Amino acid sequence: MRKFHLDGSPKTPLIDFDPETGVLELKGRSIPENSVEFYQPITDWLNEYETAPKQETIIEMKLEYFNTSSSKCILDFFKRLEKMNGQSTSVRVNWYFETDDEDMAEAGEDYQAIVELPFKIIEIDEI
Amino acid sequence: MALSEVYDFFRKMEDEKVILSFKGELTPELLTSILHVLEAKVKSIDFVKLKRKRIFNVLVECFQNLYHHIDETQLTRINGKQEKSALIMVKYVDESFIVRTGNFVSNNEIEGLKHKLDTVNELNAEELKELYQSKLKKNSHSEKGTAGLGFIDIARKSKGKLDYEFLKIDTESSFFCLNVVIE
Repeated sequence: MRKFHLDGSPKTPLIDFDPETGVLELKGRSIPENSVEFYQPITDWLNEYETAPKQETIIEMKLEYFNTSSSKCILDFFKRLEKMNGQSTSVRVNWYFETDDEDMAEAGEDYQAIVELPFKIIEIDEI
Repeated sequence: MALSEVYDFFRKMEDEKVILSFKGELTPELLTSILHVLEAKVKSIDFVKLKRKRIFNVLVECFQNLYHHIDETQLTRINGKQEKSALIMVKYVDESFIVRTGNFVSNNEIEGLKHKLDTVNELNAEELKELYQSKLKKNSHSEKGTAGLGFIDIARKSKGKLDYEFLKIDTESSFFCLNVVIE
């Protein structure tokens, strides 16, 4: 299965999904006007990954900003992973926030409250 | 406007501490540029990182709200050419960022908008968080790809009330003015 890599842009995050390691990373900012269109390939890739996933799938969420339009897509992304969790792979989410960015930490808690996946909220110096 | 008034116009903007203003059709490319300019401006002021991020977040939501919700039936008609025209004004006064937007809406949308804005204005931080979570959980995207969370997010990040006014233009449409101060 192919790796999914997309460079970051001023409005969209870097995406790096590696089926060999089971590590799926989103990094940077997610503020596109049309987030549904942007996130569709992620769902497509997950559908394929689900057929032969690693035993462990680790989600690395390193977001600097995201808009409300993306917030819904991020939830859909987690919901998709929730379905996979415990079936063919066990999924863990690492949600990073920069020191003093209490908003991003709280955003992680928002998802943690809604999504049934193991969440770890991790403070780092810089994303 | 007489040519000599251009300077008055400029002066007025200066006096009002306007950093950036734009009137015209919004496109994703233009918003990228405007955000880029404003981000650099915010960076040049000595805010803590959290405040910088909050300002940027509010700017994004305010502008994208405009972009998605400009009423397409109420296009500005200039020389027969139609455009989705809106107004953006960003000011920096007494260490506060102020975002003002203006756009046309149909009169039948006003009640719904007022209800959303009043609801958000009545809630405290904890209640806003709860509303955000419950809406995030429930809603799917609208046809326009929006999540219906814009005003809630603007209120959460700005830590202030959303001032607004609807100026009636005619029986069909009004001009919606929004003023957000980022504390």
